[in-house]
Amino acid sequence: MTATLARSAAATSNGGGWLAGVNPVTKIVVALVLSVPLFASIDVVSAAVAIVLQLLAVPLTGLSYATVVKRLLPVALFAPVAGLSMLLYADPGGRVYWSFWYATISDDSISLAVAVVLRVFALALPTILLFGRTDPTELADALAQVAKLPSRFVLGVLAGARTVGLFVDDWRSMALARRARGLGDRGAVRRFFSMAFVLLVFAVRRGTRLATAMEARGFGADVERTWARPSRLHPRDAVALVGAVVIIAGALTAAVAAGTFRFIWA
Amino acid sequence: MHTSTSAPASRSAVAAPDRFRWRVVDIVVAAVLGVALGLVFWAWNTVGYAWFTAMDGLTPGLGGIAVGIWLLGGVVGGLIIRKPGAALLVELIAAVVSALIGNVWGISTIFSGLAQGLGAELVFLAFLYLRFTLPVAMLSGVGAAVAAWLLEFFVYGNIVKTVEFNLIYLATLVVSGALLAGLVGWLLVRALAATGALSRFAAGREHRRDV
Amino acid sequence: MAGPARVDVEGWGWRYAGRRLPATRDVDLVIEPGERVLLLGASGAGKSTLLAGLAGLLGDSDEGESTGRVLVDGAPPEGQRGRIGLVLQDPESGVVLSQVGDDVAFGCENLGVPAAEIPARVAEAVASVGLDVPLNRPTKALSGGQKQRLALAGVLAMRPGLLLLDEPTANLDPDGVAEVRASVERVVARGETTLVLIEHRTEVWADLVTRVIVLAPGGGLLADGEPAQVFATHGDDLAAAGVWVPGRPVDLPILPPPPGGRDAALSASALAIGRERRTVVASGLDLAVPAGAGTVVTGPNGAGKSTLALTLAGLLPELAGEVVASVDLAARGIRRPARWRSTELLTRIGTVFQEPEHQFLASTLRDELAVGPKALRMSAPQIEAVVDELLERLDLAPLGLANPFTLSGGQKRRLSVATVLASSPAVIVLDEPTFGQDRRGWREIVALLQREIAQGRTVVAVTHDADVVRHVGQHRVAMGAAA
Repeated sequence: MTATLARSAAATSNGGGWLAGVNPVTKIVVALVLSVPLFASIDVVSAAVAIVLQLLAVPLTGLSYATVVKRLLPVALFAPVAGLSMLLYADPGGRVYWSFWYATISDDSISLAVAVVLRVFALALPTILLFGRTDPTELADALAQVAKLPSRFVLGVLAGARTVGLFVDDWRSMALARRARGLGDRGAVRRFFSMAFVLLVFAVRRGTRLATAMEARGFGADVERTWARPSRLHPRDAVALVGAVVIIAGALTAAVAAGTFRFIWA
Repeated sequence: MHTSTSAPASRSAVAAPDRFRWRVVDIVVAAVLGVALGLVFWAWNTVGYAWFTAMDGLTPGLGGIAVGIWLLGGVVGGLIIRKPGAALLVELIAAVVSALIGNVWGISTIFSGLAQGLGAELVFLAFLYLRFTLPVAMLSGVGAAVAAWLLEFFVYGNIVKTVEFNLIYLATLVVSGALLAGLVGWLLVRALAATGALSRFAAGREHRRDV
Repeated sequence: MAGPARVDVEGWGWRYAGRRLPATRDVDLVIEPGERVLLLGASGAGKSTLLAGLAGLLGDSDEGESTGRVLVDGAPPEGQRGRIGLVLQDPESGVVLSQVGDDVAFGCENLGVPAAEIPARVAEAVASVGLDVPLNRPTKALSGGQKQRLALAGVLAMRPGLLLLDEPTANLDPDGVAEVRASVERVVARGETTLVLIEHRTEVWADLVTRVIVLAPGGGLLADGEPAQVFATHGDDLAAAGVWVPGRPVDLPILPPPPGGRDAALSASALAIGRERRTVVASGLDLAVPAGAGTVVTGPNGAGKSTLALTLAGLLPELAGEVVASVDLAARGIRRPARWRSTELLTRIGTVFQEPEHQFLASTLRDELAVGPKALRMSAPQIEAVVDELLERLDLAPLGLANPFTLSGGQKRRLSVATVLASSPAVIVLDEPTFGQDRRGWREIVALLQREIAQGRTVVAVTHDADVVRHVGQHRVAMGAAA
């Protein structure tokens, strides 16, 4: 096949790791498998085991540990918020340490708070590990061919999403124009909103013209479309899926075994 | 070698418009709106995050006041595109974009986007996709807010927090949804229509002075 | 069905939804297979609408109302998507996917061409437009001319019988125009398509087309025949309508060089410029802009003309060396524009950007013109007076309450110049002021600049347009090729 159609091969050789050969749809399923079951319980063990097992899998992603840690930093900033809210407002249980107005700190709320903090990390990891380097066109091809989503929507969204990313030069030019018009000294917030609005106008206009161009090339008609870049499933996808199931089963089993599993709808 | 290049020519020249069928321009502009709003969400993550941290961490539920901006996708999508699923699609795209650029909530952003979009969508559905006035916009903001609350209650674990927290949170979310999503969204659509950028949409033609 | 297509238009007209008047009506014409038609007419005559109608892209009855019939090969165009190819004016909006090869293959995929045949078609289409880039090149790295050729290739891969081009070179610099012209010539030389082209730079295309059709505003055709004959009979009307008629140059004077011994309004020595701190675009520049005269900055693509303009205007900081203004321009004793405050710049150097919409701030023209005066704390009656005068002077009076984004290209350009004049700066810097303009818009802007120079304003224009250099360039600064 020609150069255009050898995308995933290129991606793997670019250092995408073993995971780059996995179909994007499989990656989405893996991310879901690794996150959804964790919502069933807020406890330290399931979150911690999930984190450890996923970290062990990092070499498969082609990312370095340093990169992963760097991307986890913003998470580390937010996690305490979730924890703090749980600490103060969880239904009280066990020994109460402090209470003020509606807030109560108790044994229960402390353990829930710690667990929630860990769970935030456990939930953030799958997206960081799986989608660090995704080619949008490859994702669209997979969604339409493998997941069988309607191609009109998938490709239309892909094309429209692309146009928004092209506005960096416009942004810079607009900032300079505002200085030239006497508005560069004060009012940074107002400038920001006015520039953002103009960019939105540009984006909608360009999207409208793009839609016409796409229709002119036969897009959107009722003809059965063919694919120049086939997207298929391979044995590697099954392996990745099984691996994800193993990880999450391991995390939940460990929690049950440790007795900390706490079904939140109980 | 002769290959078939033309679509079957037996379709009638101009089909009567189906009120519920998405045109290509509907899909592409929905994507544009979704991505643009996703960027706004991501920017609001920093501003709103500061407020959210302070309020959500310390107060019983007042963090909800800043949440409205994250509900804009459904309102704006429904008001401009006016087809079934528009609110849901735009909010979902916006959520995915803000998750991909890198926010801390990871995959749960996408569940939030789904729920919030669905909440707004149900309001537009209740009006049979026929009315798109300011009260409807504000109601769709409220719909998205309630959906967000329900998601956080049942799935994210707010169920283990106190009743007071949850009720206050619901109240602030509803107000924020009506104002920061409903009202702001409606004004944004009006301003966009005034520039002529929405000329292929009913929203753009409604306010246009007849030329 | 292969081979060039035949077009029959019978009493056709279209009215956009929400507008009172139809965009076009009573159009009757027949285009034989293989003809090459140049479609002309004043703006508003409905040329783009006709082309969109020929392609079947005007939308359903929700979006407008049609009368009469359009037939391509005897059938309505809506069901024949792959048979008709359309290339639009904006290079950015014609690119669908992020890699060259994928974008060209897009049309084939939509038509259901078997996957095994697509690579060959893509290669053939890319070769036929002469686009010599690897298929995995990101499309956003292409120049304007390359993007338009890419769009053309994408259309050709569908093997259409009718090729419609709507001002394909309007947004391109001279190099891009030449590239696209060469590509189109190669394509029509193969004789497999009928061509309908809208362009206002007719001298570029006149010898490629076999027939000229002129639409009349208000409906019907004004002229239809061979190029030489149509230009001879209707040359004046066409020129007045904004078409560059071959052999009819613009009737503006050529300014003499400025008398010697003038002070320099702005000067620089050993100047290095760039958009970011670390990347130097050009260095070692020595230049002086004479006061009260017109200066043009020319140079090839990438030489840094726009960067120089923005640096002279005090908007970009110098990377080395200094831009120095004359003594009477100094603010608070400072003679370096980059150090002036935004409000000080307003009354000293005005800048008109290449894309007028980058400057727009308000939702009506009156408010837009009032932005500068308001920043200068003028009183309300003074502002009113300034706004009224400018609207008159620049022929925008009936549009006072319109939204700036809804204006036509020429009107937007005039508005952006007007906003700069509102605060009466001594120097005006313009970046490609005639970009994308038809003959009328071009004439208005150049005449305006000549009037301002006559009144003592200093004008600096960055341009790749040789005619602008002739009519405004009393003093010329030529920048070399990219470093």
